[in-house]
Amino acid sequence: MKSKLLLKLIAAGVIASSMTMQAQAHKAWILPSSTVLSGDEPYVTFDAAVSNSIFSIDHAALNIEGVEVVDPKGNAVELENTSKGKYRSTFDIQLKEQGTYKVETASGGLRARWEDEDGKRHRWPRRGQNATDADFAKAVPKDAKKLQVSQSYRRVETFVTLGAPTESVFKPTNQGLEMVPVTHPNDLFSGEEATFTLLIDGKPAKGASVEIIQGGSRYRDQQNEIKVTTNDKGEFNVTWPDAGRYFVEASYEDAQAKAPATKRTGTYVAVFEVLPM
Amino acid sequence: MQKQKKRFISSVLAGAIITACAVTQVYAKADALALTVEIPQLDTAEYHKPYVAVWLEDSARKSTQVALWYQIDKKNNEGLEWLKDLRQWWRRGGRSLDLPYDGFTSATKGPGTHEVSIDLSKADFKDLAPGNYKLRIEAVREVGGRENVVIPITLPLETSSLPISKTGKTELGKIRLSVQ
Repeated sequence: MKSKLLLKLIAAGVIASSMTMQAQAHKAWILPSSTVLSGDEPYVTFDAAVSNSIFSIDHAALNIEGVEVVDPKGNAVELENTSKGKYRSTFDIQLKEQGTYKVETASGGLRARWEDEDGKRHRWPRRGQNATDADFAKAVPKDAKKLQVSQSYRRVETFVTLGAPTESVFKPTNQGLEMVPVTHPNDLFSGEEATFTLLIDGKPAKGASVEIIQGGSRYRDQQNEIKVTTNDKGEFNVTWPDAGRYFVEASYEDAQAKAPATKRTGTYVAVFEVLPM
Repeated sequence: MQKQKKRFISSVLAGAIITACAVTQVYAKADALALTVEIPQLDTAEYHKPYVAVWLEDSARKSTQVALWYQIDKKNNEGLEWLKDLRQWWRRGGRSLDLPYDGFTSATKGPGTHEVSIDLSKADFKDLAPGNYKLRIEAVREVGGRENVVIPITLPLETSSLPISKTGKTELGKIRLSVQ
């Protein structure tokens, strides 16, 4: 009897840990063809994918229906030549204004997991389902067992600059986990230190864990990830070891959630290009 | 050729203040300078003349533009598209300049030695604070390489410190800063 229970617990543990691993293994990113540009209304093309190896197109296309591009004047920029392939999505934008553009896809809100009377597990919203917080009461049964409700936000973004870098696109929305740079993300050079601030719902995200991985991981035996944690001001620092393109992922979690949620989580992903000195 | 300008300053005041020191300082300040930049002959399947930028930079990386050679004659300003590849220059002011970079720009130059005149008594330079600076030369070639050469100088520049020569390894040949 006891050993059976133990086995079940071990099995549950294995399943739980493998699920976490899967979630960590798949990296969603939007990768620009150039980040620093000059000249007359140039174009930038983007690959958007979910991959195992950093910037290898090896797993699934990122859904780009929710991708928004904001120009230095705060106006929306049209995505051109959009295409969703098996392993990646692509789109182009034209830079008509001088300054820094933000390319992002963000989602979030209430997330629930529970079990019904038969012990069957449920989650809301289901994978790929569109849902708003107002639907919560309708979607989650009153008698749900082992109910876990979180307020979860996810943001994937990158930046490109025509001419001199500008700051206008860094104004936070104060929802979810966001990055406000101290060092401009389109002014990064190998060997130099850069500083970024993470905000959770507009306040410094203390103790967020940040993982930074250089592209080309397919050609290395190790990820060689840089792991840092944000300080009391929500800041983290990194000294770029090499020129290249980097995948930056930050995760934050605390209990300061509004009812019915008991947990607040945020994931922030960015792609930065670091140039050689 | 601009006339050579030498200024002799007797530090009478300084001598009066520093009574213990009876030495009268005399130095020559160099204003009109000649910078020669050699672009090497390269044996390569596809050769394009390099983009070259020359600028003077203080210890806080604040920069004063000296020269820019780029593809000035291309239609629709297409030559501007590659200016960002002069990466260090782009970061140190290139990206903030108003087009079409009047006053210090010219067309790209081929292999050979080219001269740039620098008059430190002119606007942009004359108000620079005394101290240590870097005269920087950056070259980048389409489907080729990129190279930076740095010549450290101190302003006001004394003629006795000149000429200064440096030699690039790949995209730049001999660089020489001398009194004009």
